[in-house]
Amino acid sequence: MSEKTIAAISTAQGQGGIGIIRISGEDAIKIGDRVFCAVSGKTLSESQGYRAHYGKVVEDGEMLDEVVAVVYRAPHSYTGEDVVELCCHGGLYITRQILRTVLSQGAVLAEPGEFTKRAFLNEKMDLTEAQAVMDIISAQSRQAARAAISTRTGALSRRIESIVDELVTLVAHFVAWADYPEEDIPEITDEALTRTFSSVKERINELLRDYEKGQAIIRGIDTVIAGRPNVGKSTLMNLLSGYDKSIVTEIPGTTRDVVEETVIVGDVTLRLSDTAGLRDTDNIVEKIGVDRTRERLSSCALVLAVFDFSQELTDEDIELLGSVGDVPVIAIINKTDLTQKLDYKYIEDKIKHVVYISAKNGSGKDQLEEIIATVSGTKDFDPSVGILSGERQRQAASKALSSVIDAENALLSGFSYDAVTVCVEDAIDHLLSLTGENSSDVVLDEMFHTFCVGK
Amino acid sequence: MRTYQADKFDIAVIGAGHAGIEAALAGARLGCSTAIFTINMDAVGNCPCNPSIGGTAKGHLVREIDALGGEMGKTADESFLQMRMLNRGKGPAVHSLRAQIDRLKYASIMKHKLELQENLQLRQAEITSIVQTDNEEYPWEITTRMGAVHQVKKVIIATGTYLGGRIFVGEVSYEGGPDGTFAATQLGESLKNLGLPLRRFKTGTPARVLRSSIDFSELSEQTGDEPPEPFSFETDNMGENSVVCHISWTNENTKKVIQDNIHRSPLYGGMIEGVGPRYCPSLEDKIVRFPDKERHQLFIEPCGLDTEEMYLQGMSSSLPEEVQLEFYHTIKGLEKAVIMRPAYAIEYDCVDPLAMTATLEFKDFKGLYGAGQFNGSSGYEEAAAQGLVAGVNAALSIKGEEPLILERSGSYIGTLIDDLITKGTAEPYRMMTSRSEYRLVLRQDNADKRLTPIGRKIGLVTDARWERFKNKQEAIKNELHRVRKTTLSPTDELNAILVSRETSPVTTGVTLGDLLRRPQISYADLESVDINRPNLSRSVMEQVEIEIKYEGYIKKQMDRVEQMQRMQKKTLPENIDYTQISGLRLEAQEKLQKIRPRDISQASRISGVSPADVSVLIIWLTRHNRGKTEGDAR
Repeated sequence: MSEKTIAAISTAQGQGGIGIIRISGEDAIKIGDRVFCAVSGKTLSESQGYRAHYGKVVEDGEMLDEVVAVVYRAPHSYTGEDVVELCCHGGLYITRQILRTVLSQGAVLAEPGEFTKRAFLNEKMDLTEAQAVMDIISAQSRQAARAAISTRTGALSRRIESIVDELVTLVAHFVAWADYPEEDIPEITDEALTRTFSSVKERINELLRDYEKGQAIIRGIDTVIAGRPNVGKSTLMNLLSGYDKSIVTEIPGTTRDVVEETVIVGDVTLRLSDTAGLRDTDNIVEKIGVDRTRERLSSCALVLAVFDFSQELTDEDIELLGSVGDVPVIAIINKTDLTQKLDYKYIEDKIKHVVYISAKNGSGKDQLEEIIATVSGTKDFDPSVGILSGERQRQAASKALSSVIDAENALLSGFSYDAVTVCVEDAIDHLLSLTGENSSDVVLDEMFHTFCVGK
Repeated sequence: MRTYQADKFDIAVIGAGHAGIEAALAGARLGCSTAIFTINMDAVGNCPCNPSIGGTAKGHLVREIDALGGEMGKTADESFLQMRMLNRGKGPAVHSLRAQIDRLKYASIMKHKLELQENLQLRQAEITSIVQTDNEEYPWEITTRMGAVHQVKKVIIATGTYLGGRIFVGEVSYEGGPDGTFAATQLGESLKNLGLPLRRFKTGTPARVLRSSIDFSELSEQTGDEPPEPFSFETDNMGENSVVCHISWTNENTKKVIQDNIHRSPLYGGMIEGVGPRYCPSLEDKIVRFPDKERHQLFIEPCGLDTEEMYLQGMSSSLPEEVQLEFYHTIKGLEKAVIMRPAYAIEYDCVDPLAMTATLEFKDFKGLYGAGQFNGSSGYEEAAAQGLVAGVNAALSIKGEEPLILERSGSYIGTLIDDLITKGTAEPYRMMTSRSEYRLVLRQDNADKRLTPIGRKIGLVTDARWERFKNKQEAIKNELHRVRKTTLSPTDELNAILVSRETSPVTTGVTLGDLLRRPQISYADLESVDINRPNLSRSVMEQVEIEIKYEGYIKKQMDRVEQMQRMQKKTLPENIDYTQISGLRLEAQEKLQKIRPRDISQASRISGVSPADVSVLIIWLTRHNRGKTEGDAR
């Protein structure tokens, strides 16, 4: 088969026990190896197949999740092609992250019904089943079309169109200039191109950022609660989630593992991980927990750093303040019901957002909500501006962005405008794939509309 | 009417314009007895509009026609007056060659070539009917106005603007063809009776004025390239540029004359129903549509060496003659211009090209082909390209050989035909570089590489040319290899060159290929440091340089080409009843039923056929094919 390698989440969309990302096609195993590291150190290419491999999915050297990978070799698979299935920890957030990594490594997102379609095409299904397959595709695409129509009439469509317009104006100018060299068409200048490119890049980036924000609202923000043992992380988590989840004890180091909980704070959904502290320890079990905490601190989207109002700053507190990097962080100074011993000025100097609470009696909870909304960007988030819906749309926007970057690079390195325009046209194609129009027609219409050309 | 049985032919070509000529020459050269009918023996190969061949995208078409073994490029080389490569500096994808030609010389050379061609008969006759018969060997019968009935195997309709032609100049309107010829008035009825979907299109041309009545003293000149580059791979001795063109501009007075008289335009008065091309507007169109534009450019082009007629490019009009005179006189240099032929608009019958396949044969009429303006296109080059394809296919079909279907990803000709038969056209279709999504691959400079092998396979490329072609390709291959393997040391001399071209110097050895990849560095720049450079022709160097410099972009486009070719391999049977395929949306069913695409790739380009419809088609096709083989096995 010389078809493209496809991937999709093949479990039901929702917070299930496990999530499966299925990759099918010629490059499935190759792509699998690019994202999956087996604990055994063996690659999937070396696997004979039909065996579970335990390991992790990594992106840019960072672990996304622990997964089990299964290889099926063609033709003995569901689709009849090489197939890799990555089974991860349920949650949509993680499954999507993994899918995105797989797509970034060369797979394309599967069309509705495409696995089944391939299964049929590769003779994994009886002729009598063909009609059923066609019906599935038809039904799923109708559903997708309905979604697309609502997109078309909506704010998103206007937003995309205005980006497309900017690019189309540019290409129409090039076309007029190139196809009618003897007319008095104004010259295209590098400055005009550069200006358009940076404007379009910014606007596509904005689309992608809004998508992430929207996702954050729907799926929840990946949040870590960190702090040295016994500053009251678990109490805080319980305060936020409303019931006892972590074991709250007086013995430091009780919370040894990452505990996940989805809580709604004001309008914001947080996917909270309670962590073990950063305490220097000889206890092996506890040490694993500490390492894990460090890892999570850099990979999450929001850190709630908890400090004890009633204790002096310890080395561990200072280490925590130093180990939060680019991730947005809120310092929560807990136990304000007790007498102050903490040098809170030191924390306020280091961290922009500081809030004082008592997890025990609930004071300061409102301020915390307010600050979380601000820091997570959800406070000023307005869904009516039009948000990309779904992975396919995000992918199209992100491909358009990289085509615009290609065009910019071609221009910067001094290539002729024909090479630059080819990249711009790719960008238009990707954006128009969201509305189903044809770029050549759109460009010509614009050209004849704007320029007086012809003899 | 009394008729008589006249001679039989394998192929009959109706019309001896640019489409008809290529069709007839191709048919005859491929060994079929061919007749070409012209309504007027002095209008063969006429250029009733601008005296030029080529131009943007059209120059690509001419080079492609040449590579396939057509005649247009050679004749243009033999009759050129001025040659220019347009768009230098805008990138190789949009370079286009354009020739000013001596239109009388062009026409007489073409006519003579037809007369000398073995297997070919050139006849003056108006064809009045085309009828399908039960005769298996000669299924078509064409009748001339004189009553001659010819039995033929294939008919190629290339009627240009003659079919149902009607001339408009202000309030004056009459039946007529271009340049004062007769229109073909009866054939249209016969085609309607046959059931062809005919419609009306419109085009127009500016006035021709007397050279000595123009004051050139204050007009800027436009000269040709030195040395002039030929269209044809086979032209060795190009003549010299022998004319200059001049440029002038309209002004506020011109605009006022036109605005004051716009009600006398047949187009704006509602007398013309035909659809005109957006890219070839009359001056009144330009002024109505772009009222804020202060001035419009015009080119004054000589029509030949043995005539004093001058063509006013950009000034086509269908206003009354006296209004034309008035507005031409407002233009600098034309204050005292004498009109020899007035500008006019012409309305004509043409066919909806959705009724055809990629061979330009009608789907519902085996053996009947169309080409040129009759198919809804515009332009000499677009016509010639289709004529060649129709002529070749008529001949191949007679010989029982595989048809010639040019891929969209392989040529502008393929793109032109695919657009016509897949998308149709609502206005006369003009080729433009922007029509091709593969234009970094489909360049005019590599037309020979792309299409000579196809021309050879068809049988229109001579042994001598084939040898020469292979030598050129070999030289390109060797030089590409050498350039990639040759490493230059970071000498002061090399760095001086690099710095002078505003690109960074090197500190370690670097290959010639890596240097050529820099947009700022040309092949010629490196001559002094590339001491082992073989003696190569300019065209070989050009290919090497473009191939290397644009490698990354070309590869991107090639990936898309491969993607499309995969879908092209999934061919759809001709007789599918799309209304019986459930799962297809209604709109898709209707479009597919009408256009009947030959493969999945073409189906996916039809507007109204969604990706999901395409998926459904693929499944259906697989079931169909599998069902067939399983059925056979039983």
